[in-house]
Amino acid sequence: MRQEPVPTPLIHPARSRLSSPLGGLRRMASSGRLTEAAMIAPFLTFFLLFTILPVAAAIVLSLTDFDMIRMPRFIGFENYVRLFIEDDVYLIAVKNTLVFAMITGPLSYFACLVFAWLINELRPGIRSVMTLLFYAPSIAGNVFFIWIFIFSGDANGLVNSTLLRLGILQDAVKWLTDPRYSLAIIILVQLWLSLGVGFLSFIAGLQSIDPSLYEAGAIDGIRNRFQEFVKLTLPSMGPMLMFGAVMQIAVSFGVSNVCSALAGFPSTDYAAHTIVLHMQDYGTLRFEMGYASAIATLLFLTMLLLKRGISKILSRYAA
Amino acid sequence: MGILKQVFGARAGKRVSRSMGGDLGIFSLMIVVAAFMCLPFVYAIMQSLKPMEEIFIFPPRFFVRNPTFENFRMIGRFANSLWVPFSRYLSNSVVVTVTATLGQIVFCSMAAFVLSKGSLRGRKVLFSTIVAMLLFSYEVTAIPLYIVLSRMNLVDTHGALILPMFAAPLGLFLMKQYMETVPIAVIESARVDGAGPFLVYARIVMPTVKPAWLTLVILSFQAIWSREGLEFIYSEQLKVVPTLLRQISAGGIARVGIGAAAAVIMMIPPIVTFVVSQSRVIETMAHSGIK
Repeated sequence: MRQEPVPTPLIHPARSRLSSPLGGLRRMASSGRLTEAAMIAPFLTFFLLFTILPVAAAIVLSLTDFDMIRMPRFIGFENYVRLFIEDDVYLIAVKNTLVFAMITGPLSYFACLVFAWLINELRPGIRSVMTLLFYAPSIAGNVFFIWIFIFSGDANGLVNSTLLRLGILQDAVKWLTDPRYSLAIIILVQLWLSLGVGFLSFIAGLQSIDPSLYEAGAIDGIRNRFQEFVKLTLPSMGPMLMFGAVMQIAVSFGVSNVCSALAGFPSTDYAAHTIVLHMQDYGTLRFEMGYASAIATLLFLTMLLLKRGISKILSRYAA
Repeated sequence: MGILKQVFGARAGKRVSRSMGGDLGIFSLMIVVAAFMCLPFVYAIMQSLKPMEEIFIFPPRFFVRNPTFENFRMIGRFANSLWVPFSRYLSNSVVVTVTATLGQIVFCSMAAFVLSKGSLRGRKVLFSTIVAMLLFSYEVTAIPLYIVLSRMNLVDTHGALILPMFAAPLGLFLMKQYMETVPIAVIESARVDGAGPFLVYARIVMPTVKPAWLTLVILSFQAIWSREGLEFIYSEQLKVVPTLLRQISAGGIARVGIGAAAAVIMMIPPIVTFVVSQSRVIETMAHSGIK
């Protein structure tokens, strides 16, 4: 009988330990990768659960009929067809949101830029006071609702009483519930609220520009501050301009709270109805989640496309 | 034109491209806009101090004549009519804001450290995903988020207001951008001394990026403090101050005084925190560019 040869290990014991899964972990630990993974895991978990999952779920559920109780039922693009063909209120909301975004978006953006620039011209002490005054509306909680009393529809409202006393108005105007005025007032209030994070980013960007750039510019024949702003300041703020644009798109398309607080929900003739409010209507009141998801998906898509467009324009002007 | 010199400061002849007319124009414009920005605040303070008869006086006056704190006391009584004391709304707001802000600082700063100084694969992809998500504000994702939260049985708990804030894209973004400015040499030398990633993060990077996490504290505090969370909270005893404020202001002119008083209470914490930390916030925002 032949003796069974003692099987020689193909791999050296020490090396085999290294290539086993546990060895991999150990190697990661020694290089700190395991700790790194543990440090990023909490953020990653919550980011996936509460940011990525909702967006992904909205896209998938937009193709279904889903009422939160029964299982979602696949219906293809029926929700989208319904949005554009049957839902007149949605089309009003789209129109309002676009009007709103096209006016407040660029206006707020330029307001942020121009006021950051002007504030930067001031002496440091006065600069901080002005920064606070301009930034305060966007941080002061829900204080915007005080505009309800300023534009109150009775003769006691600040605007009405002032205009009545000056003889400009004969009767009190229902600023917030009259569909002719409500969207304009909301735009005004949104402009008041608009100097937010993007504004701070611009101020910071302006302050970190090297002063020697301006000295060189003056030698090269920059004559006034507008020339200086266009030729020197803007090009060196490229990345900030993009950040400000992203923040502005986020605010302009997310508008909902201000509308419902000022003009009521639903507003008269849907004059202040926006896409987000329409989504909230179907989501939280009617529980038609598939339909609400379709609204969300279209909104995501619009915002992404707009960001791309703006990014292209900005990269051409400020590189 | 001494006042212009006071406002704009001496330029020591460096920036020649300035005209006095321009200075004057800028100054006047700033004053007008600043007045517009201030108006609602001053109006809120005035209304909050007016006794009932001054609020209903006709024609109405802008300024208060006999200031009283009656409206502030009335907030408590209004809240009692909803069977929940005002202190409960306030403590809910504090609990939600403090927990969410703390969680956000810890989660975002650790992840930002790994993304900016770590060696894990896929960091770039993850970061660009996060930057893309900056676009979707909380209003836009509220309904899809509601679906997720309700599957997790978190609707109508404070968890619905707190947990999604832990991984705020803006928080991570600002932290990571600021951490990029910490020189790699500092970190390498700590590694040579045998410090693991967590030690480097806690002992070296976090103290260096203090302006960044202070800014994050301010921004996150402001954002969460003013959030209503109407979609996520139904129970009156779990609601936060902004929700109460909306309920008060929905009552029309009869509640102008209380509404204004509640608004004044609401606006004090975020404004005070910003005043205290303004220079650090600006310092952090200097790194907020998206390339």
